[in-house]
Amino acid sequence: MAMVGSHQKRSRWLALYLPLTFFMVFLLFPFYWMLVVSLKPNRDMLDTSINPFLLTSVTLDHYTYLFTDTAFVRYTVNTLIVTVGSTVLSLTASILIGYALGRFRFRGGSFMGTAIFLAYLVPPTLLFIPLSQVIANLGIYNTYWSLIFTYPTFLIPFASWLLMGYFRTIAIDLEHAALVDGATRFEAMRHIVLPLALPGVLSAGIFCFTLAWNEFLYALVFMGSGNMKTVPVGVVTDLIRADVYFWGSLMAAGILGSVPVAVAYSFFVDNYISGMTAGATKG
Amino acid sequence: MAIRPTVSSETPSRQRRRPLETLSHRVGQREATLAWIFLVPGVLILLVFMAYPFGYGIYISMTDAFVGFPGEQVIWFENYRRLLDDPVFRKTVRNTFVYAFGTVPFKLILGLALALVLNQQFRLSRLFRAFLLLPWIVPTAISSLAFLMLYSGVLSPISWVLENLGLIEGNINFLGKPVNAIISLCVANIWRGVPFFGISILAGLQAVPDELNEAAALDGANAWQRFWSVTWPVIQNITLISTLFSIIWTFADFQLIYVLTKGGPANSTHIFGTLSYQTLGYTDIGTAAAISLYMFPILAVLAIVLMRFIRREDGR
Repeated sequence: MAMVGSHQKRSRWLALYLPLTFFMVFLLFPFYWMLVVSLKPNRDMLDTSINPFLLTSVTLDHYTYLFTDTAFVRYTVNTLIVTVGSTVLSLTASILIGYALGRFRFRGGSFMGTAIFLAYLVPPTLLFIPLSQVIANLGIYNTYWSLIFTYPTFLIPFASWLLMGYFRTIAIDLEHAALVDGATRFEAMRHIVLPLALPGVLSAGIFCFTLAWNEFLYALVFMGSGNMKTVPVGVVTDLIRADVYFWGSLMAAGILGSVPVAVAYSFFVDNYISGMTAGATKG
Repeated sequence: MAIRPTVSSETPSRQRRRPLETLSHRVGQREATLAWIFLVPGVLILLVFMAYPFGYGIYISMTDAFVGFPGEQVIWFENYRRLLDDPVFRKTVRNTFVYAFGTVPFKLILGLALALVLNQQFRLSRLFRAFLLLPWIVPTAISSLAFLMLYSGVLSPISWVLENLGLIEGNINFLGKPVNAIISLCVANIWRGVPFFGISILAGLQAVPDELNEAAALDGANAWQRFWSVTWPVIQNITLISTLFSIIWTFADFQLIYVLTKGGPANSTHIFGTLSYQTLGYTDIGTAAAISLYMFPILAVLAIVLMRFIRREDGR
């Protein structure tokens, strides 16, 4: 018995603890490093005799610098406006598309489903050049609208596809019952289907939020001048400097810029994971 | 044939058929109209900001347009042809393939391992799951900044460790030499992509029947045999789908390379996206459009293959 026990223990180490430790170190070390550097005084950072992995003294200077001497707050506000705006727009359009494609059978329906899935596969790097001309011609270059209208090009396909799947899982009998009782299709959708699809709507919303918050290329090209930058663009273009003293504030910005998505995600981790896998398997 | 009466997939029983039939007929007539009305807002956005720019991009790529100089001439495939002779573009094509096909196998194997690890029962497993997904959640531009410092020529902790172990003398030049730079970019990309594979495959693993695994174990199959005969058939499809997604995304990447090397040193680490952006910066918008459109045939093939796998998954 004792031998079996120790054998099991050893295989548990090999199959679980050892690889788990490897993944923890590999996947989380960059975050640990950002945090350590963001709290480290410059003189400690440049002293190579100090172990760089440890904090010997702590300072909040890098964070205060961000708030007082850079446009970081403005960038955060910009990102928030753009993210919320494009999420609301995309979610509204996607609920309608998801419902129409998930519930109605009509000629052209499956073609539209395929077209919207293909739209999800079109990367921003393929479109940003002509899109920059469209943005300029519409007169919305370097305004919030430039991103509020372009982010939906990748948010709508994903969210529609996800919601289509959710609407299909809701029994159609419930809706029919409401229709028999004299409700209109729209009322049935609002009062019966939408509440039941709330988890799906929520994960689609979180998805849109994180994708919009993280977007970089469109933000760089369409809204990258002066104070209009988003957080990822502003941090990359404004805070990287030629001297060696910028690392602390750069890492502090990295930590702060990650917080909104990390929080949104931590509240809804299960929705996020189910949404992501629904997205990965079903499009 | 103009109106196809729509009957719900659940066939109503005989007694209930009559009222429902008239109902679904009534609904059926209006369903198609209503469906198209529902599609309008989203489809309109996709047409104006996606379909139209795509067509417009093809036009731009066939002109000698420069930003700020109106009156471009149509030169057909001249931009495309000229690019084929451009050594930087050729290098870019090679880099893109190295970057996409060199990283995906590592992401796949590590992601599969991660999924198999997280699929086990252990304390705080949910917490680990949440934390280990972080590289995928956080803005890439921002996590790339962490790598920018990890790869720093002056303050890299990797160099510090190796130096203190006596393995190297002087810091490693991670991003300043072409070969080092490509490898460094690939490692950062692998880091970012592993959790995506991990979570997708983990979801697939939920469908593996425990009884089958136990039965195989009783029959004397070892873990390796059990994996290939019981687990792999179940997760095969989702693994392939994740792989195709990952190839497409890696192929069309931008921010990681933009932050770490901007395509340098000496244009040696460009991929399509970054070279196109740099060319736009020189206001040569015709060439820039042609560079990014060179991605299209490859993406189209990948998309068709992906579509087939997803149909198969849906059909099950």
